[in-house]
Amino acid sequence: MRTALTILRKDLRLELRTFETLPAMVLLSLASFVIFHFALARATVDGQLAAGVLTVTLLFAALLGVNRLFVAEREQGGFDAFLLAPVDRTSLLIAKATALFLFLIVLEVIALPAFDLLLLGSSLGRSLGGLVVLLLLADLGIAVIGTLVSAIAVQTRARDLIGPIIGLPLLIPALIATARGSGPLLLGHGATFPQGKWLLVLALYDSVFALLAYAVFDYLLED
Amino acid sequence: MLAPIYSRGLRGLALATVATIGVALGLVFFYAPLDADQGFVQKIFYIHVPLAIVSLGGYILGALFAIGHLRTGDRKWDMRSYVAIHMALIFSVGGLITGSIWAKASWGHWWVWDEPTLVSYLIVVLLFATYQPLRFSIEDPERQARYASVFAVVAGAFVPLNFIAVRLAQAYVHPRVLAAGHLPPSMGLTFAVSLIGIALLYVTLWKLELAAKSSRMQVRRLRREVLGDTAVRPLGRSAAPS
Amino acid sequence: MADPAIELRGLSRHFGERTALRDLTASVPAGATLAVLGRNGAGKSTLLRILATLLRPHAGEVQVLGQPLPGRAFAVRGQVGLLAHEPLLYRDLTGRENLTYHARLHGVEAARVEEVLDSVDMRGRAEDPVRSLSRGMVQRLAICRAVLHRPKLLLLDEPRANLDPAGRAADRADRRRHARAHEPRPPGGGGRGRSGAGAAGRPGGVSGSAR
Repeated sequence: MRTALTILRKDLRLELRTFETLPAMVLLSLASFVIFHFALARATVDGQLAAGVLTVTLLFAALLGVNRLFVAEREQGGFDAFLLAPVDRTSLLIAKATALFLFLIVLEVIALPAFDLLLLGSSLGRSLGGLVVLLLLADLGIAVIGTLVSAIAVQTRARDLIGPIIGLPLLIPALIATARGSGPLLLGHGATFPQGKWLLVLALYDSVFALLAYAVFDYLLED
Repeated sequence: MLAPIYSRGLRGLALATVATIGVALGLVFFYAPLDADQGFVQKIFYIHVPLAIVSLGGYILGALFAIGHLRTGDRKWDMRSYVAIHMALIFSVGGLITGSIWAKASWGHWWVWDEPTLVSYLIVVLLFATYQPLRFSIEDPERQARYASVFAVVAGAFVPLNFIAVRLAQAYVHPRVLAAGHLPPSMGLTFAVSLIGIALLYVTLWKLELAAKSSRMQVRRLRREVLGDTAVRPLGRSAAPS
Repeated sequence: MADPAIELRGLSRHFGERTALRDLTASVPAGATLAVLGRNGAGKSTLLRILATLLRPHAGEVQVLGQPLPGRAFAVRGQVGLLAHEPLLYRDLTGRENLTYHARLHGVEAARVEEVLDSVDMRGRAEDPVRSLSRGMVQRLAICRAVLHRPKLLLLDEPRANLDPAGRAADRADRRRHARAHEPRPPGGGGRGRSGAGAAGRPGGVSGSAR
């Protein structure tokens, strides 16, 4: 665990030093909202349509983060340095997934208000708590799958392509749950908390893939 | 390393496949009753559903072989996994096309979204379709095999999860031909025989491709040993395991 | 009677159909230096990476510091240092940050970082990001990284390739009596897979071939 923390601190420090990933994720989200405004030719969106716009935007911003997650390790020898150290190798998985999770949270802290301002017909106020719970579970799933997919993709020749085409289908169940779970929350006087079944699906999805990622990650690192 | 065990029993298997499929065709066209609502076109069900079931089974098989590869490090498991998934993908395309034809004939559209089984099947196929591009893009053969196996395992675990999520998301208007008790015995028999026929076809083709690949690898290895490394030109970039 | 630092028996490693190492047997006693010379592509880096536990052997036996690989690789890792072609440093972090990161990974105390920085005379530039340093300075930092955890076995892959004169002086002053597998750059084309006279010490007996 201390190793995971060391790696996480190194990654956060690198991001704060270079500001490569997070600003790009935020900018992509904001640009997406503008694009959706024109593409859908509506002044506001609400309900399921809003949920769809929000989910898709977060997904594509997440893909940006996923693409960059292991690039520094690959290009600057980070993998070798880590593999030479007498540490548990799954700590790299934990560190990277946590970093991606944190990036997603920061992204949402900025993107949600922006979404409310730019596109949402009704205000988020009442259902914000429920939405946050849903998004946290979704972010966990995206972080786990994203890290796994990123670790696979970074060793390929076409890493920017392989990451998304593998990641998107794998993320579809999480996306279904997020979009359908948040739909009712974004209606004017709709629900304030997502339906239990969507939270359950996300929890199941997160658990299964977290365990699976933990089990297979070693095989991705060894040579 | 790769003994020629794949070609053993291949002829018998092939004959059994041809026989079973022949019987199945006979049953489909001359024995099974016409469906009340959908008429003659419903008969495509006897090829569509077996194709879908066998291909899903193939993906699971590929995932199981991949687990074997990861645990033993023996490349022959990777070869089996690759062929299983590759063959399942081909059967999937058949499954999707026949499913589309059935949808058009039954509901008037080439694709319908309110059928969770078909939709989740599409997503699974989309995922496994990335298997070969993934292999193709990793040049180091050992790493390629290992990463492909990791992918196959993850994708295999994905199949049930995906089905659950999609099923929850759709209101289902599924024709439910397979629901217990709905299928009259004559249809049931025809379906069973068709399923066995398609499954045998899958296994035969799987064995056939494995036999071909392992023979080729053995020839290359022998040439290399006898004539030296220079006698064997490197394989072009390939998604197939070497 | 100390274990030999390195013990190889019939070591083989291939990449797909290409064999990098075939049936290599060698023994390097503790405290000795082994020089490996060979053409480009002869497998020197592969051998060093196997000894560093970064690659698995495909056949044969490998023992490093008395531990068989790959089974006991985790026991060996903290005691082997590798100086490779790449410096293994993050370009956007400072020298000190990089070394502190590696120190934490290896469970080494912070004071040690200052000690190695001193020994290669990089204390003054330790707060500059690595991407602003010259090749020679980066190589000096890489040496720091390799010896930071006081490894019992030091593996050097073309170690003098990027050193500037100040670095070389520091490097000479830095030599210790570990067992080392040392790879000088073969002068113009290089030898043909024989053991040669290394820079220091006596090579152990070597038989078999690195192709």
